[in-house]
Amino acid sequence: MADMREPIESGCPDPWQYMHPMMRKNFGQWKYHDHPRPGVLLHVAYSGDKIWTVKAGTQRILDVFTLRKLCDIGDEFAEGYVHFTLRSNIEYMVTDEAKVQPLIDTLEGAGFVVGGTQNSVAMISHTQGWLHCDIPGTDASGVVKSMMDELIDEFRNANMPNRVHITTSCCQINCGGQGDIAINIQHTKPPKINHDLVANVCERPSVVARCPVAAIRPAMVNGKPSLEVDERKCICCGACYPPCPPMQINDAEHSKLAIWVGGNHSNARGKPTFQKLVAAGIPNNPPRWPEATAIVKRILKAYKEGARDWERVNEWIERIGWPRFFEEVELPFTKYHIDTWRGARASFNSSSYIRF
Amino acid sequence: MAIEKHTTPMLDQLETGPWPSFISGIKRLRDEHPDARINEMTNDLLGQLEHSYETRKGYWKGGTVSVFGYGGGIIPRFSEVGKAFPKSKEFHTLRVQPPAGNHYSTGMLRQLADSWEKWGSGLVTFHGQTGNIMFIGTDTQNTQHFFDEINEYGWDLGGAGPCVRTAMSCVGAARCEMSCTNELKAHRALVNNFVDDVHRPALPYKFKFKVSGCANDCQNAIERSDFAVLGTWRDDMKVDQAEVKNYIADKGRQYYIDNVITRCPTQALSLTDDNTLVVNNRDCVRCMHCLNVMPKALHPGDDKGVTILIGGKRTLKIGDLMGTVVVPFKKLETEEDYESMVELAETIIDFWAENGLEHERCGEMIERIGLANFLDGIGIEPDPNMLSHPRQSSYVRLDGWDEAAESWFERQAEAGK
Repeated sequence: MADMREPIESGCPDPWQYMHPMMRKNFGQWKYHDHPRPGVLLHVAYSGDKIWTVKAGTQRILDVFTLRKLCDIGDEFAEGYVHFTLRSNIEYMVTDEAKVQPLIDTLEGAGFVVGGTQNSVAMISHTQGWLHCDIPGTDASGVVKSMMDELIDEFRNANMPNRVHITTSCCQINCGGQGDIAINIQHTKPPKINHDLVANVCERPSVVARCPVAAIRPAMVNGKPSLEVDERKCICCGACYPPCPPMQINDAEHSKLAIWVGGNHSNARGKPTFQKLVAAGIPNNPPRWPEATAIVKRILKAYKEGARDWERVNEWIERIGWPRFFEEVELPFTKYHIDTWRGARASFNSSSYIRF
Repeated sequence: MAIEKHTTPMLDQLETGPWPSFISGIKRLRDEHPDARINEMTNDLLGQLEHSYETRKGYWKGGTVSVFGYGGGIIPRFSEVGKAFPKSKEFHTLRVQPPAGNHYSTGMLRQLADSWEKWGSGLVTFHGQTGNIMFIGTDTQNTQHFFDEINEYGWDLGGAGPCVRTAMSCVGAARCEMSCTNELKAHRALVNNFVDDVHRPALPYKFKFKVSGCANDCQNAIERSDFAVLGTWRDDMKVDQAEVKNYIADKGRQYYIDNVITRCPTQALSLTDDNTLVVNNRDCVRCMHCLNVMPKALHPGDDKGVTILIGGKRTLKIGDLMGTVVVPFKKLETEEDYESMVELAETIIDFWAENGLEHERCGEMIERIGLANFLDGIGIEPDPNMLSHPRQSSYVRLDGWDEAAESWFERQAEAGK
């Protein structure tokens, strides 16, 4: 212990030291932005200064070779500064318009994908999956790689009615977050309990407390203290599994994918919205998950054809109505689409507004 | 010494297609990195990942790993199939707090890369969903070595577990004309006041700060943070009528009627016959849409500040919650303004730490005890801006109505209304 050093509790570093000088100079003094081409933004300051931003998608899980490659490009074109977006894209800022095209060519030549701006399908924000998570029902990076392979043109070309945020999550905690389209694990069977291990591994009262539907109770099983699940009540959410790994919720067959639409965190035109379930029972099918991608593509196609300029997915559906949405994306409407959770009543139609 | 490479037929399929492949990157570490430790570690990582793909099951378990003096910030991972894949049997992630707004110099990124390949797997993500730089893959001993090294040159761990988590903020004033506040300063003022609560998990559950410079909320603060700060303004938006006319000349009158005038959520806009944009600022809710469509013509007003919403979170345990407006408008200019915002955060966290149940997010506690009780607990008076509409249910005791009404009129008089 004698050689242990005290940590320096410096917290969140000051970004000023790492910020592009042109951004430091005009901090808080930007006048407007333009979108000269997909993947490129132009910001103009009140001072007249201009800065071009070139955005590129990467594999997100970066090896040091790739990270250094990205740094090399930053040194060559962007004065040694980079910025990462909230969806893990990298951005290079240049103050000389003549550098924009060579920078794009260099990024594309190195295998990165320039795009992701404005009304494009943005990089999928995702979780850790089988690579690192302790409770994943599926992979994350692999799903995203497979989907972005299929959606690369929509990332490159800003030709959607408005921006599209896609997210994936490998359990129902949904770290990936709300999205215009969200692809999440949805377990369909209650946990399989290894009763020999529960008492030694799990803090039973806190596991009982985790259950959102009070379906878990302490029990003696095979003469050992354990937990049992009332399977009629269980909603298969998996909340008991992280604090109690012997309650295995993941199942190669019965952990399926579900697709949700209409999550939108912007306040523009309307208040933020949460995503709604549209498809479920989709096979969790590595390494390429073609079934899920096919549905995502159908939704994107219908949105692209049917939505008006600036309408996000939720606004498009609000306008055309859910019956037509299900029709246009050729998805079944079932009793499982009817909410059963608290506040469900607010989602029922208590009017004479009917769509034909 | 050549290592015996695991065959990865399923993962190999993720090397085809045009999007950059994370598998190719991991293979490069296995095949080309000069350090045998990294070759072996990434080889076994690929082996385990292929096994997950084959069996459709994860094989990492949590545990307890920390650095000296801290209780959190590491995501420990121990393999359940470590016998088959021994070189990656410990594969912990260090969560490191990025600079506010995610700005980096390449020099600093290279320094981090050099340290990481010395002590870790060579895999890193900018950034995880909580907002941290994720240094993915090292063993228990090297966790400490890597932390010691980067901590010396200015980096610190973020939060993991029931603690204040790493904060996030949008690019904001650094490169956005919509910015209504100094996001970076707000971000750092908030999270760096709570370093103790970040590093030593002792709260009911996680607590997140997120800052967005305007109502576009690129940071997703309302839906995904317990304490959301959104820039806004309360005077009139600025209109450059010449630029309005330029836009209309460019795309036509109908485009702007269909995409600006009729899209205003409160019908606060109209376009005169001579293409002058008329804004009824009393009706405007600062949703940002018209500014997004006409960024050259429309700008936030000068009397800027922030709106603070409390209690956003995802599903577990009671369902998704958006943050609720608790401070409709607050100036954020002087040092005192920042201090009082940090004090509010302290008050809220203290109240929640005192009254929240184990594993109960702040928003869930508000749901359980009621917004009025929460406001009372943190010493904030009710304001109609906190609600979409007043109560619908008649099940309420109103014995205190007269005093409450009187208090309202007193507050209005104090505010000069």
